[in-house]
Amino acid sequence: MKTIPFNQLQETLYHQTMDNGLDVYVLPKKGFNKTYATFTTKYGSVDNHFVPLNGSENVQVPDGIAHFLEHKLFEKEDRDVFQDFSKQGASSNAFTSFTRTAYLFSTTQNVMQNLETLVNFVQDPYFSDKSVEKEKGIIGQEIEMYNDNSDWRAYFGVIENMFHHHPVKIDIAGTVESIAKITKESLYTCYETFYHPSNMVLFVVGAVEPNEIMSFVEKNQAAKSYKDQPPIERFFDEEPKKVAEKKRVLPMSVQVAKCLVGFKEPNPGRQGEELLKHELSINLALDLMFGQSSENYETLYNEGLIDQSFSYDFTEEEKFGFSILGSNTSSPDELADRLYSMIQSFKNRAVDEEQLERIRKKKIGSFLRALNSPEFIANQFTRYRFNQMDLFEVVPVLEALTAKDVEKAVKEHFAEECFTVCQVVPKA
Amino acid sequence: MAIIPHEKTSCGGLTLHRIQTDKYKTTTVVMQFKAKLTKDTVTERALLPYVLQSGTAQYGSSKAVRTELEKLYGATLGVDLAKKGDFHIMTFRMDFANEKFLSEDDPLFKKALTLLADVVMNPKTGNSGFDSSIVEKEKRTMKQRIESIYDDKMRYSNMRLTQEMFPDEPFGLHVFGESDQVDQITSQSLYDYYKKVCAEDEVDLYFVGNLEGIEVENIVKELFPFDERSSRESETTVKASLDVEEKEVQESQEIKQGKLHMGFRTGVGYADDEYYALQVFNGMFGGFSHSKLFRNVREKESLAYYAASRYESHKGLIIVMSGIEFKNYSKTVEIIKEQLTAMRNGDFNEEEMKQTKTMIRNQLLETVDDAKGMVELLYHGVVSRKLRSIEEWLDGVEAVTKEDILAVADKVKLDTVYFLKGEEA
Repeated sequence: MKTIPFNQLQETLYHQTMDNGLDVYVLPKKGFNKTYATFTTKYGSVDNHFVPLNGSENVQVPDGIAHFLEHKLFEKEDRDVFQDFSKQGASSNAFTSFTRTAYLFSTTQNVMQNLETLVNFVQDPYFSDKSVEKEKGIIGQEIEMYNDNSDWRAYFGVIENMFHHHPVKIDIAGTVESIAKITKESLYTCYETFYHPSNMVLFVVGAVEPNEIMSFVEKNQAAKSYKDQPPIERFFDEEPKKVAEKKRVLPMSVQVAKCLVGFKEPNPGRQGEELLKHELSINLALDLMFGQSSENYETLYNEGLIDQSFSYDFTEEEKFGFSILGSNTSSPDELADRLYSMIQSFKNRAVDEEQLERIRKKKIGSFLRALNSPEFIANQFTRYRFNQMDLFEVVPVLEALTAKDVEKAVKEHFAEECFTVCQVVPKA
Repeated sequence: MAIIPHEKTSCGGLTLHRIQTDKYKTTTVVMQFKAKLTKDTVTERALLPYVLQSGTAQYGSSKAVRTELEKLYGATLGVDLAKKGDFHIMTFRMDFANEKFLSEDDPLFKKALTLLADVVMNPKTGNSGFDSSIVEKEKRTMKQRIESIYDDKMRYSNMRLTQEMFPDEPFGLHVFGESDQVDQITSQSLYDYYKKVCAEDEVDLYFVGNLEGIEVENIVKELFPFDERSSRESETTVKASLDVEEKEVQESQEIKQGKLHMGFRTGVGYADDEYYALQVFNGMFGGFSHSKLFRNVREKESLAYYAASRYESHKGLIIVMSGIEFKNYSKTVEIIKEQLTAMRNGDFNEEEMKQTKTMIRNQLLETVDDAKGMVELLYHGVVSRKLRSIEEWLDGVEAVTKEDILAVADKVKLDTVYFLKGEEA
């Protein structure tokens, strides 16, 4: 077991890689009642084209299957795992993102027993024809719930606009039609390929003793007969730099219009510190341009083009990245134009050092605040880890970023051909 | 040691609450203003905190206020409105880093609190009351905020259900205010209302974090010199009457999924002895993934992705929510009613009771790990006039018997079934 202290933050992280390749991290949190654990595979909605374990040909699986698998893993031949957790005083859940599927629990008691349940249920699939059919009704309603959600539709609409081929443009849950094609066999194919321990991370944070956790996981994994797995081959079609669609308008049952604009990252592929630096640079730039202390925010707010729903974010993974910003608005077209021109004029100016200092402080403060949350630590650490980044490097990297770094990232990211707009408007 | 190390003192016109803990890297400050929810004040009150945070005498614009917050290592300032029983609560929240985790020795506490005091106590004013351009801007944003409730169908259905359940009572009002009252508000009328709030509202100020060595009381006295006010100790919420007839309301919009919201009255509130039994009842009925609603509506019949019940503990209501296909309306309503009947008939075992109690215990202890959650729990005690320690709460839940649950189940009465459906249905 490796001990990694972070003195300024007064935190200590413990790490061990098991013989079968599973990475386990433990962060004890003093004074907390709660323990929160996530067991995550580097497998999400974008991984729909790959060579199955022990297979020779690549396969294309139905849209929404990673998310479907996440639902079905909770159901066993004789029971529902949700119930196991709640009998042991834990609440459990799971989520699927573009690149990850995470299973989790939080509890204030029986930590070791719940941890055992978590690790065992994820490593022991049971899929049957009957239960696969049953789930289609439930997930069908989950899909319809999102279809009525105007924020989600606007957000996903921008992403759909950006990409020609990349499966990030496919809704994580798939469609009612695509999930109809899912079978128990296709679930097993995905499971066998992506749920090997060497493709997974276990993170435990809260009222815990690192030694106890590590020796438990060691024993638990040693008792299971995993064979070493070759690296997973995933396929992605060549994606052009420019966006697929410049604009999309979605009429919905709403009273207030929404306008989101996005920039597709033209040069994805960064990992590790390079990615961390790029991601933080673009996010700093967005704060400088559109934070609540910025002139742009003040102007847009005073003119009634945005309200408190205004938000912005940049995120990048191994094969794709994007920034998205926007708001509820009275004039969706004007807002799109203004956001675009504000970004272009920012590109042509030097970054103000004093403002940069202030935003840097703000980011450091927000990071400290985020460390109050066990959920943030476990989920973000895992996301960073899958991209070869280290969550605890955020403060040092922020401290070292210069105005030049930010200017360079901005020039590269906010390109005209990468810009796109999605609006939700009231149905006539 | 108590699970929440809570110290409460009277401090001029407000009540000061201190929760000393070193488990966080930031200090959280929550300031609650409480007054009765009424039709005459709901809109001005809903506007007030947004105007206050948009400019102070010293920092004359929202931009200037936000700049100061950033200088304080990204201190956050947020305002919020809530309905708790018969009260309309206005909240200011601030959260700032504890400097011992920063490469900075300058204490942030006093500076941050000075800024909060600026926002709350020293607003930017004009010739008549508040600065009129700020008020006009916030009125515009407010109208948009009210309009956008319609766009979130779950929230909209909740609002409609509450309106239908309480057509002639203040509880039927939405905390965001009434759209048709916005235009009447002037910078002067709002300022007059603000003065009244400062003089009369019940104010509670919470601090959660490492407060060692900080003279909290002196700083608060200096920065928030509210006048003493007459006690509001006798003001409590009147629980929803059980004398109602069951009714059904349906509406159509162009949507894909039907929203089924059912409102029940329980006659049991936070301050009552039966409170614990009702919490357990609600947990078993629809509060968790092992509940009757989740198991029957979702797992057994595949009718929905979510099917849950939520307990409003001041007014004494249970709200059931589920998203379903339009054609499954009658079937789902019937299944939900059957689950209530099953609860009334005592159709549950020891195991389910034990599981539910364990989950409630878990939920309470987890809430205490979050500074805002801790304040929220403590504030229930202020609103209901029944201060309950976590220990007492945990014991109370543990002691609930099957008979206790049957007794509250018997009281639960269906009021309104609201269904938002599609246009073709």
